[in-house]
Amino acid sequence: MSWLSLLVFSPLIGILLLTITPKHNANMAKLVGVIGAVIPFLLSLIVFQTFHAGNELSEKLTWMTLGQDAFQFTINYELGVNGFSLILLLLTTLISLLSMVIARTQVKTSWRSYYILCLLLELGILGVFAAENLILFFIFFELTLLPMFLLIGKWGGLEREKAAYSYLIYNGLGSAALLIVFVALIAKTGTSNMTELMTIVPQLDDGFRMGAFIGLLLAFGVKLPIIPLHTWMVRVHVYAPTALVMIHAGVLLKIGAYGLIRFGLGFFPAEFENMAPLIAILGIVNLLYGAFIALVQQELRRILAYSSVSHMGIVLIGIAAVNEAGVQGAIFQTVSHGLIAALFFLLVGVLIERTGTTELKKLGGLAKVMPVTAGVLLTAALASLGLPGMSGFVSEFMAFLGLFETLPILAAIGTLGLILTAVYMLRAVLNITFGEGPTYPENLRPLSGTEGWPVFILLGMIVLIGVYPTVLTDMLSTTLETILIGMGG
Amino acid sequence: MDLDTLLQFEWSLMAPEFTILIVATVLSLLDLFLRKEVNRNHFAWLAMGGIALSFVFLLSQLGHESSMILFDTYRFDPFSISFKFVLLAGTFLVLLLSHSYKEAGEGGYRGEFYYLILIALLGGMMMASSADLITLFVGLEMLAIPSYILAGIQKRSTRSNESAMKYIINGGISTAITLFGFSYIYGLTGSTQLNVIAQNLSNITQSSAEGLAIMAFLITFVGLAFKISTVPFYMWTPDVYEGSPTPVTAFLSVVSKAAGFIIILRVFMSIFGGIAGIRLNETFLESMIIFIGVLASLTMIIGNTIALRQRNMKRLLAYSSIAHAGYLLVPFVALSPMAFESMWFYMIAYMFMTLGAFAVLQVLIRQSESEDLSIFSGLFHRSPGLAILMTIFLLSLAGIPGTAGFIGKLNIFLGALFTEPGNFTLVAIMLIATVISYIYYFGIFIQMFFRHAEFQTRIRLPKSISAVLVICAAGTIILGVLPGTLLDFYHQHIDFNELTGSLWK
Repeated sequence: MSWLSLLVFSPLIGILLLTITPKHNANMAKLVGVIGAVIPFLLSLIVFQTFHAGNELSEKLTWMTLGQDAFQFTINYELGVNGFSLILLLLTTLISLLSMVIARTQVKTSWRSYYILCLLLELGILGVFAAENLILFFIFFELTLLPMFLLIGKWGGLEREKAAYSYLIYNGLGSAALLIVFVALIAKTGTSNMTELMTIVPQLDDGFRMGAFIGLLLAFGVKLPIIPLHTWMVRVHVYAPTALVMIHAGVLLKIGAYGLIRFGLGFFPAEFENMAPLIAILGIVNLLYGAFIALVQQELRRILAYSSVSHMGIVLIGIAAVNEAGVQGAIFQTVSHGLIAALFFLLVGVLIERTGTTELKKLGGLAKVMPVTAGVLLTAALASLGLPGMSGFVSEFMAFLGLFETLPILAAIGTLGLILTAVYMLRAVLNITFGEGPTYPENLRPLSGTEGWPVFILLGMIVLIGVYPTVLTDMLSTTLETILIGMGG
Repeated sequence: MDLDTLLQFEWSLMAPEFTILIVATVLSLLDLFLRKEVNRNHFAWLAMGGIALSFVFLLSQLGHESSMILFDTYRFDPFSISFKFVLLAGTFLVLLLSHSYKEAGEGGYRGEFYYLILIALLGGMMMASSADLITLFVGLEMLAIPSYILAGIQKRSTRSNESAMKYIINGGISTAITLFGFSYIYGLTGSTQLNVIAQNLSNITQSSAEGLAIMAFLITFVGLAFKISTVPFYMWTPDVYEGSPTPVTAFLSVVSKAAGFIIILRVFMSIFGGIAGIRLNETFLESMIIFIGVLASLTMIIGNTIALRQRNMKRLLAYSSIAHAGYLLVPFVALSPMAFESMWFYMIAYMFMTLGAFAVLQVLIRQSESEDLSIFSGLFHRSPGLAILMTIFLLSLAGIPGTAGFIGKLNIFLGALFTEPGNFTLVAIMLIATVISYIYYFGIFIQMFFRHAEFQTRIRLPKSISAVLVICAAGTIILGVLPGTLLDFYHQHIDFNELTGSLWK
């Protein structure tokens, strides 16, 4: 068993340990839960090291054979990484770890079950990013369904069950579209290996390719989300427990971007180029619509949810450019938004814990009572609106750079969105930090140690990528090449 | 027929059937002559022993060349053998389930239960092996009549009586329709033997009798749709499932349904699969399959949407079983070379997950004396183990990866999309139906994990129920994670081409 398999299945260790921890010992459960998240994190660092030392990480085992003789389909257990998926693996283990640290204080009941489900979710996400095989990818993709449903439905806020159902139905339909595309590809080509498919798929007939491409766009459009498939995501942002939203907005949604780049660009470069204007328009709609809606929201979580919609528009814009700068921008945006969203929801969790509300009106003047929290919130907002020197800037810059090269008019319209982002972000955050507000109780605790260090790790990463983007570009260079060869660019 | 001809036949091949027949006869005699005080519950062990023995005999037949006995009316081929395994295993688990089934004040009719179920099983096995419409019909009735009695075996329960009444009336009508369809086939060909029918029919589409052949096809299918409870003959299912004792419901939804699929495959593949179709370059079956495709789609959608509104768990599982019958028809409609494997595998997966779910249901119904959805509320707190087992079965029914249900669906999809042109519409409908089914399966999760329990009493599991649960859960998980264990065995012993050939010839 290689490091990669160990990494993907390492959350199981935590799950097993949790099942044998005594039911009523909450502290023990919290400790074991966090340890369960530390193990994958350490393993992901080892995988990172191995990858950079140039060692082979991929693995392959025959798993099952369906059919017989001439109609035989062999489905393998295949794992592997490239630069992009490795970054996402690291992001997953890091954000999961931070989320579970935070969950110790922000989740209020049944920690044991909470941690078991969270680790199961992490296993699913890690598997998605490490899978080298369509069926395996799908299995891990679906594996996130049940834990998310239960986590939202049990630990969520007011309309939690509705949010859980809405998650279930939208994602169920998304995965149905994905499965039909995957199975059709396997039935047509006889292989389910992603690398092999990258060379075979462009040779299939046009009509089939177009259909499969639209299916993929639909499947990952739900996950990303592309408007109008976004309502479930807003509900989850608002009603799921904030520690879970860290994982959800931080990495789970990134499966959409990953899938679009890996399968969309990887398998269907020609369709992508033909449809580029449409995708760019979808991206701009996401960007502007999200921003406009965020502008009028009165509740912080809703603002952040629509801000996520808006930011995912930039991913689409970057992909639509179909050139190196654009795709790089999309990938950067994926990572950068993961970090920023995680940071935001960590802070939202802190706010809810202290003040019990996320209504803008009830939160004014926070800087006076919780200066550090308010400061971090402001910094996160600045990162989110793309201030130079932070990760948001690099990604937006590159995505638009790419699009200006191919579709300058659309790109020009898109830049409007950036201004709107600044407006809604500052409106929300300035209201909270300096606005008129209620009198807060005296004993409002400042950011505690366990909340403090996750905040600063995330901030550090955001600034690091902003000032020194080469950390990511180095890892991405070979991956981008393989994707771009398909695009003929 | 003199003794010599009678002895010429290879009777040894019928050892599995004879075992069941002998055990059933012995049990009925024992029930007659044993004193009243003797607990008839022990019959279950004898019956299970018989099934195990029959299973062993069947195993020894694997790889045996296809052959026919009794003047070509009874055949042993890979098809019959592979599906008899499903029937035997399903009945075995149902017997295990019924061993601990107790209903207040209904202790007196235990003996009948066991030998009736064995006779029904024998009928199913005859259906799997028959090569003649007459044998086939005898098998069908041998399965149906004990099933009617089983549905009404609780004499004093009005619901059980109602269920038996509905079952027998609907069953009677469907039998009549089936026979009507058979009479068309006989009228067209002058024979009841499947081989001869296929030969005589081969030029039917060029003649003026084409319309009659189409009628025969449709009427026969409609009649047989009763057994597998698909549109248009599904209405009886919820009522009968609700009123029958739980083990009988399990039997109807697993064994009886599997037998229904077997007969449909046998009749339609061997009669209509080999003759020329209405358009050029296709078989008659391919020309007509679109109708079955429509019925399958309707079945999946109706089953799953009506299930959304059910609060009675038995009715909910009844609608879910209707939907699954629709799924099982998909490989038949796709007519891909993988169809048998898909259906066989899905039947086994379906057997494990459905019987597991019924086992949990039986425990809960007995404990709370209600069949409402709320019997699941707070199950995770009352009995975490039972809740997790139920979760496994429900996930498998919903087709979530990691369970047998997913691999089964994957197999069906691959087969359906593999054909040229691929059956995209049908697969899309099946997937949408599956997503609809998430809603009610996950609704049970909400009850189990989020709601608080009305009853705090601990649940005690009888040993035989635990055995069923463990076997079913293990089957569901193993087939979901390592489907190779079963599929490789299947591939090793049963040759596809021979299987397909055995039906077409």
